[in-house]
Amino acid sequence: MSHDEALQRPTLRFLTCGSVDDGKSTLIGRLLYEQNSIFDDQLSALEKDSRKHGTVGDDIDFALLVDGLEAEREQGITIDVAYRYFSTPRRAFIVADTPGHEQFTRNMATGASNADLAILLVDARKGLLTQTRRHAFIVSLLDIRHVILAVNKIDLVDYDEAVFTAITRDFGALAEQLAFKTVTAVPLSARYGDNMSEPSARMPWYTGGTLLQHLESADVDEDRRDKPFRLPVQWINRPNLDFRGFCGTIASGTVRPGDRIAVAGSGQTATVARIVAPEGDRASARAGDAVTLTLTEEIDIARGDVLAAAAERPPVADQFAAHVIWMSDEKLLPGRSYLMKIAARVVPVTVTDLKHRVDINNLEQLAAKTLGLNEIGVCNIATSVPIAFDSYTDNKTTGAFILIDRTTNATAGAGLIDFALRRATNIHRQDMAVGKAARAAQKHQKPAILWFTGLSGAGKSTVANLVETKLHARGVHTVMLDGDNVRHGLNKDLGFTDADRVENVRRVGEVAKLMTEAGLVVLCSFISPFAAERRLVRELVEPGEFLEIFVDAPIEACIARDPKGLYRRALAGEIKNFTGVSQSYESPENPELRLEAGVTPPETLADEVIAHLQAQGFIARF
Amino acid sequence: MSEHLPIHLRRLEAEAIHIMREVAAEFRNPVMLYSIGKDSSVMLHVALKAFHPAVPPFPLLHVDTTWKFREMIAFRDAAAKRAGMELIVHVNEDGVRRGISPVASGSSVHTQVMKTEGLRQALDKYGYDAAFGGARRDEEKSRAKERIFSHRSATHAWDPRNQRPELWNVFNTRIRPGESMRVFPLSNWTELDVWDYIRFENIEVVPLYFAKERPVVTRDGSLIMVDDERLPLDPGEAPRLERVRFRTLGCYPLTGAIHSDAASLDEMIAEMRASTTSERQGRLIDSDEAGSMEKKKREGYF
Repeated sequence: MSHDEALQRPTLRFLTCGSVDDGKSTLIGRLLYEQNSIFDDQLSALEKDSRKHGTVGDDIDFALLVDGLEAEREQGITIDVAYRYFSTPRRAFIVADTPGHEQFTRNMATGASNADLAILLVDARKGLLTQTRRHAFIVSLLDIRHVILAVNKIDLVDYDEAVFTAITRDFGALAEQLAFKTVTAVPLSARYGDNMSEPSARMPWYTGGTLLQHLESADVDEDRRDKPFRLPVQWINRPNLDFRGFCGTIASGTVRPGDRIAVAGSGQTATVARIVAPEGDRASARAGDAVTLTLTEEIDIARGDVLAAAAERPPVADQFAAHVIWMSDEKLLPGRSYLMKIAARVVPVTVTDLKHRVDINNLEQLAAKTLGLNEIGVCNIATSVPIAFDSYTDNKTTGAFILIDRTTNATAGAGLIDFALRRATNIHRQDMAVGKAARAAQKHQKPAILWFTGLSGAGKSTVANLVETKLHARGVHTVMLDGDNVRHGLNKDLGFTDADRVENVRRVGEVAKLMTEAGLVVLCSFISPFAAERRLVRELVEPGEFLEIFVDAPIEACIARDPKGLYRRALAGEIKNFTGVSQSYESPENPELRLEAGVTPPETLADEVIAHLQAQGFIARF
Repeated sequence: MSEHLPIHLRRLEAEAIHIMREVAAEFRNPVMLYSIGKDSSVMLHVALKAFHPAVPPFPLLHVDTTWKFREMIAFRDAAAKRAGMELIVHVNEDGVRRGISPVASGSSVHTQVMKTEGLRQALDKYGYDAAFGGARRDEEKSRAKERIFSHRSATHAWDPRNQRPELWNVFNTRIRPGESMRVFPLSNWTELDVWDYIRFENIEVVPLYFAKERPVVTRDGSLIMVDDERLPLDPGEAPRLERVRFRTLGCYPLTGAIHSDAASLDEMIAEMRASTTSERQGRLIDSDEAGSMEKKKREGYF
């Protein structure tokens, strides 16, 4: 076959996974070597490296070719996803090499997200291990339908057919619980090249084809073309007033001029006018193509909208169930606000309910309050606005999302949407005849939340009490929510773990919001150690209504004061999760007001607050 | 997207377009690093397609070490003009004043000062929060693990242990003020893909990629073209006229030529398919020590 013919075949993206020492990197190195994808200069560097770092005596250690970063070479393990490229006369390949170490589940999920096929490596001497089950589960979760079970190191069990048969049978039992379309088992030795690209003379009992043959012939073209049309809009192209193009990559289906499409969110419909390309308009485009469409009618479309076939629209909801793979050292906390990026859309979301964690060793459901690094859970997620989506098994583009930590900007989790929650559509907000503005006007005041945050013993409650007294004296209608008091009633079921602290603040925020609806000035005195939750409360109410007041006292001063004797006990180890001692406090970066609470008397601090409220027009000047 | 392209290249092109549109939509002030080579030519071509009929909403930036081949500079100016895009050329004037050159200072210092520091100066001066680069993962080992969206601290450092996971084609573009992102739309292309795409799309490239008689001398086993009088010759030494071409282009005293008769694109692709050396073999800056590229990247090299 000529070079040009080879390029007519779609590239196969596959990943290799297996336990530590199963020989993943060796397998890829061997594939590259046998396909002449290692150049002379790379090979001579490899021989040099093999002598320095290698683990296979005088032979070439193919793993060194694949393990790229210096640190990894020293440790002898792959710590990240590495992408490798090779081609045969029949097909081009992109290989994701993913780690076997159990703490690196996140990297494996990353590699799996863009793969069409997975090679699961098993050491013939060891058979299926816990890690094999985990990897098989993640491969299935990310909806890779095709699996090759590579029974490696078969040379170390004397090319024994019985060993191969037993492992294949064990895997068959495991695969029954998972959603694979095809499973192919190959006995091989990556180190010596048996059944890699050439059939092995040492295993006459096996006639099922080499690893390379299976890779070359794998039919993974799960055709997105037959699915309904979806185009997440990435970019609006407006070079001049006469042209308005909608740009994006087609997630599924096909499109032609004349097709009726709908904006999934608003429900507005329009007709496709042109598929614009530099070399001339196109007659059609299909899944995977990056296009620019123009429409006959002028309708409102923005980045993040999903254009869909008018007759087959995706669900639109603000609550759904999803599988989440957690990828951050900071635990997932229900109630905390994260940013969700789904296709071209970014919206704030909260996990409203963590239903269970999945034990990836046996697929059992475990009760969980949080998700830690490399844990997988099923949760309900609420978005701040309704969004269009599909289930992940229907569409890997409109059904997949990442969760971003709003403080660090880290990619904290990856999610796969299961289904919309009907609850969202059935609970309609009750329109109220008397509104917030009317209630506030009757009291001649402006509602606000004064949020006092700071360490225990900083003087939050003392200052808040003084402020309330002063406001009350001026005829302002107020209410006070105090951390300690709330925990005796509304939040008596909550403790002091990170997860419970988040929920504590979320509930208080919701109550404070209801109080502002009543037109009140709400004083809240809570340690509230996390920036994310303070921001959550801020976003619950109208812009300008939330005033963050940082009662800033040095920890030493708080310890010296210790009004409730808590620091003494925390320092003695008697109280766990104590802010400032065994749990961190995230200082506000831009509070509306910062009070120097170390030395200044509380009375003066309260006056500062009153002055600020006057300056901002919350209360009248006298 | 192009209907005449093989499916394999069509997908690579679509992926690059997708990445460029994400950057245009989500960053305040992006820029495209334009280094004049074949990868830059492809990247620019894809950018023009991604935003057609508009002009790409970002300028081109060339960090000029002042030691590029003369043909490269002429090609650069013509290419930017054809594209209708603004071209910003930045030279590390401090390095020039200090007399830094590949000849006098050696490849490692020259690259650090004129390229890495020059790039950081330019990014800081214009306040770019995202910069496209034409690097590919198949070029070098440490590149294989680079993200498509590669996060850089406010001091432009790359931390290989703290990269964001990248799933599907959903890219986390969020950064803090002062931080930036390096973005590599051609990450998944191979050298051969680049040349095939150039052929199918009729993209112009610098003529140095094609064989021609050129004046060369031998330095440390590499064929170095004598592009101007700044390259010192040994007493009595005269450049030899030899039929050579370049697989990769950089500063002329640091870029080794190969003997070749491939004067056309088809001949060159055929020659490359039969080749047994990798393209970076001609780059003198990589051979200092193993892991040298990774060290440069941590310091802010592209």
